[in-house]
Amino acid sequence: MHELAVTQSILTIALENAQKVDAKQITGINLQIGQMASLVDDSIQFYWDILSEGTIAIGAKLNIERVPIEMRCFDCGNLFSPSPDTFDCPKCNSIRVQVIQGDEMRVISIDVE
Amino acid sequence: MSTRIEVAEKILSSNDKIADEVRKKFDSAGVYAINIMASPGAGKTTFIIKLLDSLHGRLRMGVIEGDLASSIDADKAAAAGLPATQINTGGECHLDAVMVDGALQNLSLEHLDLVIIENVGNLVCPINFKIGSHTNLLIASIPEGDDKPYKYPGAYRNVDALVISKIDLLPYVPFDMDYFRKGVEILNPGLESFPLSAKTGEGMEICANWLVKKVKNWKSNLSVENI
Repeated sequence: MHELAVTQSILTIALENAQKVDAKQITGINLQIGQMASLVDDSIQFYWDILSEGTIAIGAKLNIERVPIEMRCFDCGNLFSPSPDTFDCPKCNSIRVQVIQGDEMRVISIDVE
Repeated sequence: MSTRIEVAEKILSSNDKIADEVRKKFDSAGVYAINIMASPGAGKTTFIIKLLDSLHGRLRMGVIEGDLASSIDADKAAAAGLPATQINTGGECHLDAVMVDGALQNLSLEHLDLVIIENVGNLVCPINFKIGSHTNLLIASIPEGDDKPYKYPGAYRNVDALVISKIDLLPYVPFDMDYFRKGVEILNPGLESFPLSAKTGEGMEICANWLVKKVKNWKSNLSVENI
C-alpha cells in the first residue's frame, strides 16, 4: 500500500546519483527488497511508470532482487526459511530463533548512459 | 554503453534523516515521543484517552492523531482534555517524518513531557516509516485473533513494546494466548508486553507506571548528556 512513497524515494535516489556523474539516461535500477518488507513488485512498477515520466529515468528497467526470509536457530544452529504459519526451527522445534534477513529495502546500484 | 553506479542506499533514507531531525526537536524540548501502531479498531484512541487519566498529575501529555480523513480522533482527545492535533494523510496509509514535523507547530512542546503519535490504523506500512519517536508501541487487540504475529511479522519485529488490548473479551472470542505469545517471542525476544482493558481499566495502571518510569529515566539521561 505504501509503494507510492517508496517508489518516489527510489526515483529521488536514482536521479541524485545519476546527476553526480552527469548521466544522460538511467537505463536500470537494481533493488534489493526483502520478502518481509511488504512491497509488491507490480505496484512499484505501476507507480514507476507514472513518476519517472518527464525525467531521465523514464523507461528504466527495475530489477528487483527478492531476499527470502531466513532464520537461524539459537539452539541447534540450523539456518532455515520459515513456513508461513509457524516460525519454529523445523529441525529441533525450538522457538529460540532469530530473523537474519528478509526486511531489506535498498537501492543497490543504477545503470546509466 | 551503460555504466553501473554503486549506490547501496536504504530506499527510505531521506525519510530517516528527517525523522532524526524531528527526534532532535523532541529531545531539545525534553519531550518523549511514542509512535502507537495497530490495525484499525484495535482501540488506540480509547487507550490513549484512558492513559491520560492514569498519567494525571504525573506526566503532561499531548497527542498527534493520524488518519486518512476526519478529525474524529483529535476531537475525542481534545474533549478528554488532551492537547491534540490532527494529521490527515489524504490517502497515504502511514505517517511519515515530514507530516509529523509539520504537526509539531500545532503543539506547545514546552508545556509537555510526552507526545503520543497515533499512527494510521494499519499493520503493514507505518512500520517502515520512522517519524522521530523514541519508542514504537504496537497494540494488538484480542478480537483481531491470535495469528497476527505470523501474518504481520514486520509489525511485531520492529517495535519496542506491546499492548494486548481488550482482554475483557477473552471469555467471548477464540484466542490462544500461548500461540500468540510464541509468535511474538520468536519475532521479538523479550518484548515487554502489557495485557489490559482500557474499558474496565484492568492492567492500565501497570502500563502507565512503566511509561512514567521510562520517561523519567529518559529525562534524567538527557540532562546528564546536556551537561
